[in-house]
Amino acid sequence: MLQTNTRIAPPLVSLTGVGVRRQGRWLVRGVEFSIAPGEIVTLIGPNGSGKSTTAKAAIGVMKPDEGSVERKAGLKVGYVPQKLSVDWTMPLSVERLMTLTAPLKRAEIDAALAATGIAHLARAEVQHLSGGEFQRALLSRAIARKPDLLVLDEPVQGVDFSGEIALYDLIKTIRNTTGCGILLISHDLHVVMAETDTVICLNGHVCCRGTPQAVSRSPEYLRLFGARAGQTLAFYQHHHDHTHLPDGRVLHADGSVTDDCRPDDGHHDVMPTGGRAGPMRLGHVHGPDCGCGQPPVKGERRDA
Amino acid sequence: MLDDFFIRALAAGIGLAITVGPLGCLVVWRRMAYFGDTMAHSALLGVALSLLMDLNLTLSVFAVAAAVSLLLLLLQKRGTLSTDALLGILSHATLAIGLVLVSFMTWVRIDLVGFLFGDILAVSRGDVDLVWGGGILVLFAVVRLWRPLVASTVNPELAEAEGLEPETARLVFMLLMALVIAIAMKVVGILLITALLIIPAATARRFSASPETMAVLASLVGVLAVVGGLFGSLKFDTPSGPSIVVAALVLFVASLLTRPRTALRQGDPA
Repeated sequence: MLQTNTRIAPPLVSLTGVGVRRQGRWLVRGVEFSIAPGEIVTLIGPNGSGKSTTAKAAIGVMKPDEGSVERKAGLKVGYVPQKLSVDWTMPLSVERLMTLTAPLKRAEIDAALAATGIAHLARAEVQHLSGGEFQRALLSRAIARKPDLLVLDEPVQGVDFSGEIALYDLIKTIRNTTGCGILLISHDLHVVMAETDTVICLNGHVCCRGTPQAVSRSPEYLRLFGARAGQTLAFYQHHHDHTHLPDGRVLHADGSVTDDCRPDDGHHDVMPTGGRAGPMRLGHVHGPDCGCGQPPVKGERRDA
Repeated sequence: MLDDFFIRALAAGIGLAITVGPLGCLVVWRRMAYFGDTMAHSALLGVALSLLMDLNLTLSVFAVAAAVSLLLLLLQKRGTLSTDALLGILSHATLAIGLVLVSFMTWVRIDLVGFLFGDILAVSRGDVDLVWGGGILVLFAVVRLWRPLVASTVNPELAEAEGLEPETARLVFMLLMALVIAIAMKVVGILLITALLIIPAATARRFSASPETMAVLASLVGVLAVVGGLFGSLKFDTPSGPSIVVAALVLFVASLLTRPRTALRQGDPA
């Protein structure tokens, strides 16, 4: 159900002073945040900063040793764990993976698989999928159950670059159409942060928080990730109209491929003023609101 | 030729094979083969205690196996030793204590070989009823708990996050294993129970497209092994319990010689 006013709706989950201690060591302490319906909260931080622990505490898989976690009664969670391996001895097709924790209708399965672009793999065994395909399957599984809260622990690991942006577009679309709250863990700062309502930067504790723009400029964030991290956000915000292929050729937004790219070769859009051509250029799959004026081609992979 | 005792043996063996199929699959998926061994070895302690205190044999074996699995859960929570080390300790400790206790009881003559290798040809009408009654109970519980069991095998945290109760499922699974081992002891014996759990499941893997078909196929393979093993033991005058396991092994080897499922990526346009 679509929440019309997400700011007033009671939170799906709220953490107050949460700390988790294992073997005499605090994995994370003093975490406070809440997720409202329709809100995307992103946890970022270096390895071992307590991102996954915090997410597990939020959904009740880990019991906090201090503080409290309150969840809306009957909260339906869709979870993509950071690590998941299916033993070779278990025959498990993608279709069967979809109904792992609850039964689903055929149409719901098909729709979720189509949304992440792996409808053709429905009957493949999960052990035969590539890392990126498996992540897509896990994401399909989590969204197919139409959760109130989607918890995604590095959902795009192993997914190629253009696929990554397509999946983040999909995550945003899911939020927009279903109004679910999303807790995202990622280190893909430059891509993820632009889609996020609130960024929480963890390093054993909450070291800074706020809108992506505010966090990327905060001194704590820059100290944690280095000055270059702040720029990566800017790269995403400017306009990309071509992708550099692994073989050095260039794929343009109009579908043509050239050996190199020059601003005046006729394949490029006019650069918006102030747009810097950074060292990293992102290709993106067009969505209804990516803002570049191209028709949406959701679910299509450009990584032939 | 088909004497009454042979019919009873068939009935008990088939009932047991059907029951252990799905449990065997869970044991294989969870990489808990050694757990099955541990519980089976602890059965000898159960036998010794039942003789010492004049208790019902099946009940006593069940109680000891259940206690060992709970002890394992407790020790795992402390997290100082790895699970396989804990299993090794529990397995051989209970087996050794059982053997020592048995040696103390000079006043009872017990057929140790009978317990280690089973004597399916000696099962009574009551044993057959126990196998089928217990089997139906176990299968009912497995079917009811199938989704949480499979989901928590894939990932316990995922199962818990999405509202299933992996801890409960795991506990019930262990109790079911204890029950099956108590029931199966007479049929194949302590040393060969794990074989009946694992070999049919491993055989079924190559022909299965889903966890459910693997569970059903494992039961069928088990039934084939029981029937083949019993007729073989009749024909060649071999011990029945080991013959059943040998028959299961023959089926497993035969499955290796067949072509594996080719349609692993059916529907793939390539």
